[in-house]
Amino acid sequence: MLGNCHGAANSTLQPDPELLRRLLRAKDRMDAASHEDWPVRRLAKVSGVSAAHFARSFKEAFGMPPHRYLLTRRIERAAALLRDTEMSITEIAFHTGWGSLGTFGRTFRDVTGENPASLRTQERAQSQEPGRVPHCVLAAAKRPHLKTAVSEKRRRTAPGTTRLRKTKEVS
Amino acid sequence: MSQGVEVVGLYVRDQDEALEFYVGKVGFRVHTDVRNGGFRWLTVQHPDQPSFQLGLFVPGPPTMDEATAQSVRAIVAKGAMPPLVLVVSDCRGAHKRMRELGVEFTQEPVERFGTVDAGFRDPSGNGWKLIQARK
Repeated sequence: MLGNCHGAANSTLQPDPELLRRLLRAKDRMDAASHEDWPVRRLAKVSGVSAAHFARSFKEAFGMPPHRYLLTRRIERAAALLRDTEMSITEIAFHTGWGSLGTFGRTFRDVTGENPASLRTQERAQSQEPGRVPHCVLAAAKRPHLKTAVSEKRRRTAPGTTRLRKTKEVS
Repeated sequence: MSQGVEVVGLYVRDQDEALEFYVGKVGFRVHTDVRNGGFRWLTVQHPDQPSFQLGLFVPGPPTMDEATAQSVRAIVAKGAMPPLVLVVSDCRGAHKRMRELGVEFTQEPVERFGTVDAGFRDPSGNGWKLIQARK
């Protein structure tokens, strides 16, 4: 490996581009197979860094912890499948990597503010021909914003006794 | 004369490595490779596109200060540069050929929207979509 691959010795220093390039590889692998399990040690191996350094380095590089990133990709894929296919919600949940339908539905609502079924109805009502925008770019543009942990997001919306149908995001 | 865009540049971490990648693996050819002191102007082009050149430039002095260059290198390595699209007549064929040459694919060929697309990165981190031309 080239040079100093830690990049974490001093957080005010720019991280080593060689390290960033290898962290990008882990991000790419999650993008390519977001339905798979990605424990930190598996990601760390892809990047060629220790598991202890991986999560912090990833967060420094990409602004969120690796598992939150994975969550956004799963929700993005699930939303695309709801919009573009006839797969049932149960099929979509398992296809995008969730172990249970309940966890999928809850996380989906927490992240998007919608139920999977209502998102499907809405998206179809306003769908347009994707036209000439490359699919990956379009998908990335529709990626859900997840600036806080899902647990945190849940806490913030908790005071209401009934689940809000539409959560207005104040950013 | 014909008017239009002639050169669009990419930032790469190493010009020799980028040359080997874009010429040796992607299939472009060198258009210009000239040096002036420590500066190297390097452009490549697609064999079917003689009026367009892709510049392969390294960020750094004399055109850029070292601190800015360091930021640019980080941005490239994080894959945060804008998307690039390479159109091919046969996506699966191009994928197979390039993968055998060691190109890092980020997405296997997928058939959708009436075409086939795949994704790859250059060694620096620049991301490309490989899209089959619609017939």
